[in-house]
Amino acid sequence: MLWILLAVPAVSAMLAFALPWNWPRRGLLVATSGAHLGLTTLAIARTPAAVLDGWVALDGTSLLFLAITSAVFFVVSIYAVGYLAHQVRVAEDPGREVPFVDYPEAVFTGCLLLFLAAMTLVIVSRHWGLMWVAVEATTLASAPLIYFHRHPRSLVATWKYLVICSVGIALALLGYFFLAVSAEVRELSPIHLTIADLENHARQLDPAWLKAAFLLLLVGYGTKMGLAPLHTWLPDAHSEAPSMVSALLSGVLLNCAFLAILRGHSLLVKAGLGDFSRELLVLFGLVSMVFAAVFVIRQADYKRLLAYSSVEHMGILSLGAGIGGIAGFGSMLHAVNHSLTKAMLFLAAGNTLHYFHTKSTLEARGLVRALPVTALVWIAGLLAITGFPPFGPFLSELMILKGMIDGSRILVAVVYLVALAATLAAMAAIVIPMVYGEPPRSESPAVASGPRPAGPRPGPRSRSEPLWSAVPPLLLAAAVLVLGVYVPQPLSDFLHRAALAVGAE
Amino acid sequence: MLALSGFVQLLLAFALAPLLLSIINRTKAAFAGRHGPPWLLPYQELWKLLHKGAVYSRTATAVFVAGPIVGLAATGLALSFLPVGGCPALVSFPGDFLLVAYLLGLARFLTVAAALDTGSSFEGMGASREVLFSTLAEPALLLSLITLAAASPGASLSAIYAGIDSAVLASGAGPALVLVMAALLIVLLSENARIPIDDPATHLELTMIHEVMVLDHGGPDLALIHYASSLKLWLFGALLVGLALPLRSGFFLLDLLGGIAGLAIVAVIVGLAESVMARLRLARVPQLLVAASVLSVVALVLVMR
Amino acid sequence: MAEWLDAILVLVILTNLWLLGSSRLRACIQAAALQGILLGLIPLLATWPAITARLAGVAAASIVVKAIVLPAMLRRAAREANVVYEVQPLVGFTTSLLLGIVLWGLATHLAGRLPVAALHVAPLLIPVAIFTILSGFLVIASRNTAVMQVIGYLALENGIYIFGWAFAIEDPLLVELGVLLDVFVAVFVMGIMINRLSREFDTIETDELTSLKE
Repeated sequence: MLWILLAVPAVSAMLAFALPWNWPRRGLLVATSGAHLGLTTLAIARTPAAVLDGWVALDGTSLLFLAITSAVFFVVSIYAVGYLAHQVRVAEDPGREVPFVDYPEAVFTGCLLLFLAAMTLVIVSRHWGLMWVAVEATTLASAPLIYFHRHPRSLVATWKYLVICSVGIALALLGYFFLAVSAEVRELSPIHLTIADLENHARQLDPAWLKAAFLLLLVGYGTKMGLAPLHTWLPDAHSEAPSMVSALLSGVLLNCAFLAILRGHSLLVKAGLGDFSRELLVLFGLVSMVFAAVFVIRQADYKRLLAYSSVEHMGILSLGAGIGGIAGFGSMLHAVNHSLTKAMLFLAAGNTLHYFHTKSTLEARGLVRALPVTALVWIAGLLAITGFPPFGPFLSELMILKGMIDGSRILVAVVYLVALAATLAAMAAIVIPMVYGEPPRSESPAVASGPRPAGPRPGPRSRSEPLWSAVPPLLLAAAVLVLGVYVPQPLSDFLHRAALAVGAE
Repeated sequence: MLALSGFVQLLLAFALAPLLLSIINRTKAAFAGRHGPPWLLPYQELWKLLHKGAVYSRTATAVFVAGPIVGLAATGLALSFLPVGGCPALVSFPGDFLLVAYLLGLARFLTVAAALDTGSSFEGMGASREVLFSTLAEPALLLSLITLAAASPGASLSAIYAGIDSAVLASGAGPALVLVMAALLIVLLSENARIPIDDPATHLELTMIHEVMVLDHGGPDLALIHYASSLKLWLFGALLVGLALPLRSGFFLLDLLGGIAGLAIVAVIVGLAESVMARLRLARVPQLLVAASVLSVVALVLVMR
Repeated sequence: MAEWLDAILVLVILTNLWLLGSSRLRACIQAAALQGILLGLIPLLATWPAITARLAGVAAASIVVKAIVLPAMLRRAAREANVVYEVQPLVGFTTSLLLGIVLWGLATHLAGRLPVAALHVAPLLIPVAIFTILSGFLVIASRNTAVMQVIGYLALENGIYIFGWAFAIEDPLLVELGVLLDVFVAVFVMGIMINRLSREFDTIETDELTSLKE
């Protein structure tokens, strides 16, 4: 069954590259993501057998991340169909009066599906080398997605993304070799570099090499995850990519990198070196939160705002995993919450961009009048992402806080709360004027391009909030709201399993 | 026995050094399709120059006269430490390679001083270039010699070179020695003012380095300078040949002849290089010399590991 | 065979120094190609005489990709971007060479401190691997032509590859193939990006791509 899970997106990707007609291709996209979701539900109900000598298998944590991936991808793919069908083909570059063209849609759809296939492979692989290959594949598959709107800034963003992530992943490869050395040095009989095998022999591995390996894996995969100070590619890539791609990058890809780091952490815990990895995770988590809080203040571009918010939440995930105990459970719950919330926010940002043709927070104002549903999503998203009840992230962040207090990590808790508060204040100061504010009056009468209305120009369609742009974000918002109020017991058990499997509890 | 071999080496060096220059010139001529100058031309030139008179400027001091004399004396003295082809030299003590390097430095210093002494800006320009290049080449030379000393049990030139035979080259230290050879080749080309660092045949202001420093010397002084430069070529060539031709049969005469044959081959290689390459731009020469130093450092680290 | 392996590793050191000290793009691409060939030979020499067909196949594939295909792609990218010389990198060429020596010393020192006594590997492999990785980093950090950054990335990957061979990883061939494939595709994609960069901006000097800030 795992074969099918991997093969379906891959084969569809090939088909998508080859199909010359748009609508069948878009249907293929939705159908594939739907099938993927269905297969995932089946896998949750009945864990499938391992494949390829145990190199590919599912355990508690990978089921969780697979579920998040599947669900978010499905919702985004529905949005994508509408986006691809109705977007303005030759649009004015937001912020500059330069026309740009888009990548061919076939390449875009194909790469989207390849991206799904690669992420699935990261999640299900149990062999460290295979996992590495898959993470590199996600980088390469997502680069054309970022460069969809072909204009200079997105090109620069894609270039930075490629170089920084490739260098980071090269370091992760070195970490993988160090893992092998830690087994080699102790002259253990042929040991396979699978997660299971390594964990079985964990106590016998050389601790110095193991620690060095974890550090490299953390730095390498941390670059991909967006932990500061390795996050420099993130704001550019997330702000220049089309919004649904940003939703996928933030909501799913960062999680996959986190999974890789968690595997390393669980290995160290089994080897008795858990304190070392926990300290590192906490450190990187705090640094990310502080960095993000600083850059969110007076951020002028709302998509970059969301990107820095992703950095912050990756920091929270890392922090939760590092604290352990109930914070580990909170971290898993937060992974779910953050993915749903960030995807929802990026889709709303996409609608906003489509309407206002600018990414500036100063000019895109008055959403409540122009795009009511999107405005609602923005407000819900603001509350959710900053940790307000009754939304989901409140619960998970609270659990992480409780874990800190339980473990008497008071200083960590103080920094955590200060960073959260700062982010809340900064984001509210930006988003609330966007939703409720007055659009700025343009004073210059001598605009060269002739008479045009001051302020934002409406999109070319009469209905500015078609169904495809409203329903997916609303669905996600509803899910986040429900999760904030009631976490069903099966889900809670599921999350417990996930946390246990990676030693985060 | 040892003293005898040292003496023979030294005498042969004094006698045969100018021949190296004629080998180089004949090689260049052969490449150009010419017949080339007679084999004994350098000797004839030296003879001619010795019989000429010299003109000294009124502003020149004793330094100007001393330059060529001390230069020849220092180079000749350095030769007495030099083993050719693995045979022990006339004098040797641990650390004598440093003395050799400093003797060469002394010769260079006096040449430069003599050039500055004339007060002409022409020589001054040549002197500044020469000093720059030798500043960069000297670390390469010293580091190469130190690498060789580190790689062998002895610390004197004779002991070092006696210890290098074909087994050493094929062993683990081999690659390091090859790097040292490359560095020494570049230093040879630089110190003897050969292409690609300097063109000995040119007399254009922009391109002269060594030639311009000795422009004001004439007669016997010039003869001494030319002779000293051929001795210097012999010196550096012998350093290189000792590494490149690890012929240590134990028979003194055989090794010596092998060494001299190697020197002839080095001269042919220099002639080849002069024929096929052009001079480097002046701005590029420091890079080449730094590359030589870098090669010798790499070799040093390899040997010391 | 150990001497041949040592000789090849010294040649790898020289290619790294060549890479650091060159200002012409073609010379750097040639240095990377030469490194590819040398790296393809290392597995053959390290497991002599027990060479399997699989090993030979992987070595051949690696040489073809790293010494022929990737340099061709890079040359094409450089030609289309009309770049011959790299002008004014962050760190001058002579300084890069001298820094390279410092890195070589550092690599030797680090290799001495790593506990590898239990492994029976050629002792020169680890310092050379670390040195290649560090050189790759230096090139990426200090050069501002996009093609040079890709070459630096290649050097980085090469260093990690040498490291892999130093430890005779379990079933290395599959992973080496995967790594090879990823490097190939990465450079391919980067080449396309460079192409677009040069068309959009008329330059591939990355320090002029400063339009994204804060």
